[in-house]
Amino acid sequence: MQKFFIGVAGLALALLGGGAAKAEDTVKIGMINEYSGQFADTGAQIDNGLKLYMKQHGDSVAGKKIEVIRKDTGGIAPDVAKRLAQELVVRDNADIFGGFSLTPNALASADISAEAKKFMVVMNAATAIITTKSPYIARTSSTTPQLNYVLGQWAAKNGVKTVYTMVSDYGPGIDAETWFLTGFKEGGGTVVGSVRFPVANPDFSAFVQAAKDKNPDAIYIWIPGGTQPAAVGKALAERGVDPSKIKVMGQDALGDETALKSMGDASLGIITVSDYDYSHKSAMNQDFVKAFNDEFHRNPDFFAVGGYDGTHLIYEALKKTGGKTDGDSLIAAAKGMAWESPRGPISIDPETRDIIQTVYIRRVQKVGDKLQNIEFDKVENVKDPAKARMAH
Amino acid sequence: MTSATIAGQANPVQYLQAQNRWQWSEIAFWLATLLPFVLTPSYLVLASQIAITALFVLSLDLILGFSGIVSLGHAAYFGIGAYTAGLLSKYGWGEPLTGLIAAGIAAGLFGYLTSFIIARFRHLALIMITLGIGLVLQEAANSAGWLTGGFDGLQGIHTWPLFGKIRFDLYGYTAYSYALAGLFLTFLIARRLIHSPFGLALRGIRENGLRMPAIGASVHAHIQTIYTIAAAIAGIAGALLAQTTETVSLEALGFQRSADVLVMLILGGTGRLYGGLIGAAVYMVARDQFSGINPQYWYFWIGLLLIGVVMLLPNGILGGLTVLARRLKVVS
Amino acid sequence: MPPVFGVLFDGIAYGMLLFLLSVGLSVTLGMMNFVNLAHCSFAMLGGYVTVTLMNAFGWPFFATLPAAFIVAAAASVVLERVFFRRFYRATDLEQCLLTIGIVFISIAGAAYIYGTTNQPVQLPAYLHGSIDVAGLNLAVYRLFLIAIAMAITVLLVVTIEMTRFGAQVRAAVNNQRMARGLGINVDGLFAITFALGSGLAGLGGALAIEIIGLDPSFALTYLIYVLIVVSVGGLGSIFGSFAAAIVLGVADVAGKYYVPAFGAFLIYLVMIVVLMWRPSGLFGRR
Repeated sequence: MQKFFIGVAGLALALLGGGAAKAEDTVKIGMINEYSGQFADTGAQIDNGLKLYMKQHGDSVAGKKIEVIRKDTGGIAPDVAKRLAQELVVRDNADIFGGFSLTPNALASADISAEAKKFMVVMNAATAIITTKSPYIARTSSTTPQLNYVLGQWAAKNGVKTVYTMVSDYGPGIDAETWFLTGFKEGGGTVVGSVRFPVANPDFSAFVQAAKDKNPDAIYIWIPGGTQPAAVGKALAERGVDPSKIKVMGQDALGDETALKSMGDASLGIITVSDYDYSHKSAMNQDFVKAFNDEFHRNPDFFAVGGYDGTHLIYEALKKTGGKTDGDSLIAAAKGMAWESPRGPISIDPETRDIIQTVYIRRVQKVGDKLQNIEFDKVENVKDPAKARMAH
Repeated sequence: MTSATIAGQANPVQYLQAQNRWQWSEIAFWLATLLPFVLTPSYLVLASQIAITALFVLSLDLILGFSGIVSLGHAAYFGIGAYTAGLLSKYGWGEPLTGLIAAGIAAGLFGYLTSFIIARFRHLALIMITLGIGLVLQEAANSAGWLTGGFDGLQGIHTWPLFGKIRFDLYGYTAYSYALAGLFLTFLIARRLIHSPFGLALRGIRENGLRMPAIGASVHAHIQTIYTIAAAIAGIAGALLAQTTETVSLEALGFQRSADVLVMLILGGTGRLYGGLIGAAVYMVARDQFSGINPQYWYFWIGLLLIGVVMLLPNGILGGLTVLARRLKVVS
Repeated sequence: MPPVFGVLFDGIAYGMLLFLLSVGLSVTLGMMNFVNLAHCSFAMLGGYVTVTLMNAFGWPFFATLPAAFIVAAAASVVLERVFFRRFYRATDLEQCLLTIGIVFISIAGAAYIYGTTNQPVQLPAYLHGSIDVAGLNLAVYRLFLIAIAMAITVLLVVTIEMTRFGAQVRAAVNNQRMARGLGINVDGLFAITFALGSGLAGLGGALAIEIIGLDPSFALTYLIYVLIVVSVGGLGSIFGSFAAAIVLGVADVAGKYYVPAFGAFLIYLVMIVVLMWRPSGLFGRR
């Protein structure tokens, strides 16, 4: 009699368990992202990119329905990110990981991607080593070396002989500075001074003054997005740093749309390097920007495009594997894939699984009555220089 | 837990012995911690992190609930423990149990050193000094990126199998068993400590620090001792996290973590040993559920939960439960 | 003049901002011992009021400042009546929990209504740029900030020292029980002081947008700085908050200029040292 009950219980459990795994015809994407906390805006934009792509291309691929499960890390929390990744595998049977604004969270999730053999698409985090942490990772955003090395080389070639660097004192900032200087020094430039800001720094005037004292040809700035770009811009204006005399250069966040609005005309002339701006002139981008605005009432940025292209990669990889969702098939399909993105032509490097794209140099100019980053120079087919050097 | 009233026990030894006896509710509690293995096996990773956080909250309860030291920087010791275990593993020694001991010693040592400062202050000055120490340590850890891995976190941690045989699996069975065992054993120690003359002295200090030296209990020595112990326990919790998740980053010793642990303790009820454990469980489960339902605005629901508990359950959740239990006893 | 004076000027301006944000908390904490961690939520509210009035309704910047003050003060009155009133006799920890709950709700609310981006604010043209004074570049906005803060400080000091209301406040801060015994309506006094303090925080939040930006996490980020100013200055002391804010603002900025490696540390180290030397703060009651 006992055995009978055990048998029934076992059958019930099996049915329940089986029920959970029944959905052979859905593909689950687990988005591990920052939906709350101080990085909430980047998470929101990545998600917007994903949503727009799915709206435009439907939610079915290769005969399977796409289901998105969203998990919030709340900020820099690698232990939480890792747990969420584990839960996505164990509890939700997710097939693919996406999202990842922050490097520590991406690195922690990479362990799970490797162990559970799940295809993982990094849509923002920019540290070079991320793609080396799991053989199933592909990236659709950019890497810090990719952008900053190009800027450094460009600066050296375009009349900048001396530079003063000011960066946020943490991983991405130090990384960016290192690669900018590598490119810059290889081009023959010299560094006259450098300083590091504390990460949550509200007031930049002291640092800007110290930079101005050294009178360099250019000031290179790296700060994370949010409230800081505008604060830096204003500090520059207040301390009398004229972008037409001393070139002010930095990475994309410095030219962020809200930052430009806050800085006002003080931002004219700031030079930034990025993989994307909504003012990029191409038919595809114009359609993309319009659709994005219609849907979300704001302009897309490089976060949004990372999410959009990441979703494209997932869709195309699934089409190529005919709907197979195991990590090995998907990453094999992703390697070498090339397509036209709203930012320009991009492809996934088959060796490193990282992104190859065109890097643009832009300057802030007034277009009508809006301040925009206008592209005026570019370097095409840039691979991530960090991994290129690792190989040697 | 307090079935023997003080009035009925003139003999302090008997009083302590009565306190030390295991109540049925306690036994039920610990049996309940085994339920996740059976009922919710897909939540074991969350359960292990709850167990680790509960241990951390317990360590704060020792200094806050029992000794009256409000600390806004307790994560410093958690972080030191985490980084110690992480660094040991990164540089070749990934054995978990010895890593725990090393982490406990490191954190305890730092706790001992800071206790010289802590013991001298009370009230707002104490809170802000603990906050300051935590923030300075966080900045120092960031600057020492060559050691701590900085923003990216410590890479290359690999925890060896437990006892040489039991691997840390993807589902979290090992992680939860390990964390739960750590929590339980440390809890036993803390419980014994609290229900001892030393523990009584701490409560005396919390209630009236001026009076204690008059009856022969040195305030400084007691505070320094309990602070060191609490720091060591926090360090062990940090090491557990580092070993089970194989990641450590700056937020392990950050202000956010210190603030969260304080909130969890108050939520559960201070000065009751189990209050911290319950607070940790409720807060983390609530956060997980709210953030699953509403990733962008879960803060709102947590805020509502906190306000609700404060308004309806003074003395935290455990306080409320105790009142309820007492009422039920009266009724029955 | 050597550029260090320009840096000092910026530090003083930053300190003035911290003062505006902190003075309310110092007085209410000193008077009623009510731990109001939601203080910076009122500052954030003031900031968002300014943003809304300017961007959605086209109000000029100056007109939004009194609005920020009033809305923040009004919100605090409501909260005080509904929630805080019941917790005056509660423990510090319970007050912490309550007010943190309110902070969380305010953050979620701000994120929901305004989104998570940093809010842009366009100042009137005459507040832009800088003027040249003895070879130093002094930002016009910072001059403006210092002017407003000084005006408010004078107003506060006059109120506290020379009015009956101020005398009652001082009495209540000094010895609450005695003040009650003398027939002073401490609860009513507290309600008014609380409203004023929160209103000032709101004004501070509005003025802060230009210097430190505004997004939903403002309520938590600046809480730490405000707590530092309040504890270093001494509870219940306006002059203490003023002195502490200036010291911290200058130490912060000077530290970053001269020893950038310690830039972040310095403000915390200063706080620890001051509190170890004078646990009640520079001008707190012993």
